[in-house]
Amino acid sequence: MQESALFEYVLRLSDDSLILAQRLGEWCGHGPILEEDIALTNISLDLIGQAISLYDFAADLEGKGRNHDQLAYLRYENEYKNVLLVEQPNGDFAMTILRQFFFDAFRLPLYEALMQSPEEQLAAIAAKSVKETRYHLKHTSEWVIRMGDGTEESHQRAQAAIDHLWRYTHELFYEDAHDQSLQAAGKVPSMAEIQAKWMATVTSILQEATLEIPKNNWKFDGGREGRHSEHMGYILSDLQYMQRAYPNMEW
Amino acid sequence: MVTETDIRTYLNEVSDPEIPVLTVTDLGVVQQIYLQDQTWFVELTPTYSGCPAMQQIEADILAKLKEKGIFNAQVKHVLSPAWTTDWISEEGRQKLRLYGIAPPVNEPDKSALFSEPPRVACPKCNSNNTRMVSLFGSTACKAHYQCNECQEPFDYFKCLK
Repeated sequence: MQESALFEYVLRLSDDSLILAQRLGEWCGHGPILEEDIALTNISLDLIGQAISLYDFAADLEGKGRNHDQLAYLRYENEYKNVLLVEQPNGDFAMTILRQFFFDAFRLPLYEALMQSPEEQLAAIAAKSVKETRYHLKHTSEWVIRMGDGTEESHQRAQAAIDHLWRYTHELFYEDAHDQSLQAAGKVPSMAEIQAKWMATVTSILQEATLEIPKNNWKFDGGREGRHSEHMGYILSDLQYMQRAYPNMEW
Repeated sequence: MVTETDIRTYLNEVSDPEIPVLTVTDLGVVQQIYLQDQTWFVELTPTYSGCPAMQQIEADILAKLKEKGIFNAQVKHVLSPAWTTDWISEEGRQKLRLYGIAPPVNEPDKSALFSEPPRVACPKCNSNNTRMVSLFGSTACKAHYQCNECQEPFDYFKCLK
């Protein structure tokens, strides 16, 4: 039970990273300015790297001889366990930055907590990734403040992004029996603890940015259980194209 | 009989594909080297998780060892302890500067928003009057700077701790 719970847990982390990386990669060559084009694809690359380490670990836990490529490219849509937030379309620059900000503010405290996990490989991946995530959160926080406290146009776009994305943020703190068994074993932090830290970051940055947290608490979820939004199929058709068309191909 | 020291010496000839003036030993990515069950294991720590150079470095290390007649070698990736720019050797820092890349300096608190970016000396004219153009540069490990004195745009090897 513990092994399969940990497999599921690690898979969720990897899928979040991979699908968000794929979305960020869509900005390549389309950034509003060259520096941001490079920043978004750099963040994407960090996330792909984290996903590789996480998938490798998941594959070891599973023990069925699958490798990171097979986990990343050769599963069906309902086998991906990423949250709906990361598969949402890029939208405008504000939408992409807010999506990333909500995610980074979640990932940083999660990695910080996982560094203390008695699962050595998980702790090592977290210790490696936490340094990169700190850069990402700083970058997105500064943009949120700049946009919110910027021009009327940038403020309005940033607020529109928050109003749209807010419904997807609750799922970041999803918990089921897998999480609970790992928490009971002291291997992973409770999501309530991560949520409190996330909320503190989000509240203070949005306040400084003169942006508002939506009153509407409408929630969307399903991704953690493999039920995705319509966008996911399009992402996977791009992501998996090469492996489906040329099975087992390598660069 | 090949020794660990021999292998370390050979690795001094393997350069980073992105920054060819640096060897993998200058970069500090090579950890333990040991013989186990007739196989030499070379432990490698990645700089950044997604650094595409790591695969090339692995291939280059194995090719170099083969060239030296060592066929029973394997590269093993280790994540812990995580690599930090503190592991770049003093010689490596000199080489970076001469190559036109500013080596990492101790940075102020990274989590502080809109904090002053680190003071980085221009690798061309050595002026401290420089500015950060972007936190993200041409590769995962670099930020983009420009010198206000000589106008030279340059890469800064970000401090990673």
